[in-house]
Amino acid sequence: MTTPVLEARGVTMRFGGLTAVRSVDFTVNAGEIVGLIGPNGAGKTTFFNCLTGLYVPTEGTVSYKGTVLPPKPHLVTQAGIARTFQNIRLFANMTVLENVLVGRHTRTKEGLWSALLRGPGFKKAERASEERAMELLEFIGLAHKRDHLARNLPYGEQRKLEIARAMASEPGLLLLDEPTAGMNPQETRATEELVFAIRDKGIAVLLIEHDMRFVFNLSDRVAVLVQGEKLVEGTSDVVQADERVIAAYLGEPFEGDPGEAEAAEVEAAEAAAEASPSTTSSTKGEAK
Amino acid sequence: MTETTKTPAPDAMPTPPALRGLIPLPAAAARALLLAGGIATAASAFLAWTWTDEFPGDLTFNGYPGGLQWLTFTAGVLTALFALASYGVRGLGWLLPARNNAPLVLTALGGFTVTWFTVIAISVELGGVVNLEPGGWIAAIASLLPVLGAFALPQERTAADGTKETLKAYIAKPDRIPAPQATSGWVQRAVITAVTIIGLGVFTYGIDTEYGQLFVGYLFVVTFAMWAIHTAGLLDRFSALVAANRSFTLAMGFAAAIAFPFTQTDDHYANIGVNILIFGTVALGLNIVVGLAGLLDLGYVAFLGVGAYTAALVSGSEFSTISGVHLPFWASALAGAAASLVFGVLIGAPTLRLRGDYLAIVTLGFGEIFRIAVNNMDGDSGPDVTNGPNGIANIPDLNLLGFNFGQAHDIGGFTLGRFANYYLLMVLIMAIVVLVYTRAADSRIGRSWIAIREDETAATAMGINGFRVKLVAFALGAALAGLAGTVSAHVTYSVVPTPYQFAGSTPPNSAFLLAAVVLGGMGTVAGPLLGAALLYLLPEKLVFLQDKSLLAFGIALILLMRFRPEGIIANRRRQLEFHETGQLDVPKQTTLTDEPAVTKAGA
Ligand SMILES: Nc1ncnc2c1ncn2[C@@H]1O[C@H](COP(=O)(O)OP(=O)(O)O)[C@@H](O)[C@H]1O
Ligand SMILES: [Mg+2]
Repeated sequence: MTTPVLEARGVTMRFGGLTAVRSVDFTVNAGEIVGLIGPNGAGKTTFFNCLTGLYVPTEGTVSYKGTVLPPKPHLVTQAGIARTFQNIRLFANMTVLENVLVGRHTRTKEGLWSALLRGPGFKKAERASEERAMELLEFIGLAHKRDHLARNLPYGEQRKLEIARAMASEPGLLLLDEPTAGMNPQETRATEELVFAIRDKGIAVLLIEHDMRFVFNLSDRVAVLVQGEKLVEGTSDVVQADERVIAAYLGEPFEGDPGEAEAAEVEAAEAAAEASPSTTSSTKGEAK
Repeated sequence: MTETTKTPAPDAMPTPPALRGLIPLPAAAARALLLAGGIATAASAFLAWTWTDEFPGDLTFNGYPGGLQWLTFTAGVLTALFALASYGVRGLGWLLPARNNAPLVLTALGGFTVTWFTVIAISVELGGVVNLEPGGWIAAIASLLPVLGAFALPQERTAADGTKETLKAYIAKPDRIPAPQATSGWVQRAVITAVTIIGLGVFTYGIDTEYGQLFVGYLFVVTFAMWAIHTAGLLDRFSALVAANRSFTLAMGFAAAIAFPFTQTDDHYANIGVNILIFGTVALGLNIVVGLAGLLDLGYVAFLGVGAYTAALVSGSEFSTISGVHLPFWASALAGAAASLVFGVLIGAPTLRLRGDYLAIVTLGFGEIFRIAVNNMDGDSGPDVTNGPNGIANIPDLNLLGFNFGQAHDIGGFTLGRFANYYLLMVLIMAIVVLVYTRAADSRIGRSWIAIREDETAATAMGINGFRVKLVAFALGAALAGLAGTVSAHVTYSVVPTPYQFAGSTPPNSAFLLAAVVLGGMGTVAGPLLGAALLYLLPEKLVFLQDKSLLAFGIALILLMRFRPEGIIANRRRQLEFHETGQLDVPKQTTLTDEPAVTKAGA
């Protein structure tokens, strides 16, 4: 019997009159890779934000390994859920290594005093953190760029670095929001390998994706979100065959890329929405 | 479709590889003009420039430079040195590692500016050019020669278009500075020591300038000289040395700071020194809040006030409302820091949940509340704590282990006056603050401050309790300011509410503190200290401009921000932020997609 790492019950998120996520029940089991797909504006990112405490869900609860999580991002990370962002949010003016070290925050506890006094404990902890961070950089293949500023990395490497930073918090569950957006086919394939490797480390993965081939290849299970509601959930074959899913995508091609222009559009809308959390109805039309 | 005729773009015309300068002269002649002009400029400093000693500095002597003429002399010598180095004279090659012309142009401009400034100042102050002796005219012409020579030098880069670009190319720093030869450890240390001594000399000269004109001239020469040294690539090399000998440099820096009062014969300049140190230390504390954590605090000076008032109250002054209490300095310093820390937490706790502009406005409000509250706690309109606008006067001098700070002491043949004593105490306090700053910045908590500054949402998603680490930054900054305040109370004999305001024409006030951090360079140690020194000296030295001094001050600030938005001393991160092109470690941008993006955009 597999144990659920993540259990969302009746998660609902309303922005004024708009219900972005409607009463979603969702589980991720240990060792699983689960895909979350849906048209633009379906509420996938909003759902992620509810899971990670960036939004306080209007209704519903999220629990991790059986305990209900408070809707505070740092406590969620502390508990063991780490995430990446659809529009990359690295610490642009920090080096690659420093970015990953920040990810270690919850797994270290040296405070101001120990930083000022610099006792042996402090030095040991710093060295251990750095070692672990370098291991992760090695894992994603960015060790040779440890002293580059994050802003100077090419796009694909920035996405990888975000994953390494999230993994630095030693999560039991990793949430990836469109990890291949804007990548070319080779980079996408490399990311696929990376996700498998992460799962092999015993970390469950929940990912939002637009690249259908990528999702169906990777995922043990796929859930489809349409207009904030979970429409279908099941194995790749089941979901691919479901007529409602095809209809929901309004004939958008299943195989292949949804297209660069569209991805950019999503990202722009995303950025706008995130920048002004209080905006409510103006973006409603996008939900189609 | 294939043979579409294109209108020739103006830049499509083949420009010959630019080997001519703006002024048409053969390169050899230009270089010779530079060298000769530099020597002539330096020599002209030995002539009489005016007939009367009414102009400060007495420029009436033939055969010996005075006042501003020394600056002209220095600039001329620098120009000549760089010119000789560009000839490849042996022993001077290190001056021009990149073999570029920009340092020549800049030193020439420096000599020109300071000389013409002097000549014009003489004419304006004494009422007309008739007051110039022939020597003044000669100096003006001599200082123009190297500038002509400089702009006749072949341009190094093919300018994109327009004269603006051309001019820029003349003073641009080359992308690649050849790597220096490997030097042994003691040579590096000797260089650092020499630079420290020169730095101390230059700095001391600036503080000791006796009249504003001299200070302005000094700023011109220092600015152009530093700029020249920067474009020559020498600063890069020096930072590499510093990076390799970090603790040695720090020790030298403190040795220089300690040496300063010993170079002074007049305690007045030690007074300026101690005020700069207090101001700089507080600015460094603010740098934790603003530079590292990215919290815009517009009421920071209040914490200096809390520290000062606390120290005054427990100093044993007869005007203190608890005049019976007289704590030793270590206790009152701790009390001041602790009181500030408590205030920091009290103010931070409700406000740090706000972001950006809101935080700025609320801290501005709290800063003013402090001053107004202190102004009213006089027993009439409030509890009797601070004596209201009269403040707490007659704060006794410190006495540490029998060393009375109020008296002059003879140490090794040098006389250290009252302010020099406090200056040395402040050096100690500053050392503590520098240590706190550097250690905090390079640690888990420092990284979380920077992460919060960079992207608060991402930082919290990485497990950082934003509110808590911001509160730590706020409280730490407050405590350091309070610590500095305890010394400042003793230095000034009395504490009154007026200096602790948001903006005023003299430091320290919150606006000046913030300006010191931003101008000096956010997120660096040396930046705020340098910024504080500059901001303290400018109003002090510009009084000769009378009612226009604030205007000149404002113009100076605007110019600085226009040409160096990252501050005088740039943090590596911020430098890249403001000058996208100057990046050293940029890998080639890989294309994101296989298809060219253009085709989609049109569809
Ligand atoms: N902070 C917010 N305020 C108002 N509306 C929002 C906010 N965040 C998301 N939305 C809206 O919720 C809907 C779902 O958005 P999102 O979760 O980003 O979709 P997806 O990630 O599936 O493309 C969209 O209509 C969006 O405009
Ligand atoms: Mg999304």
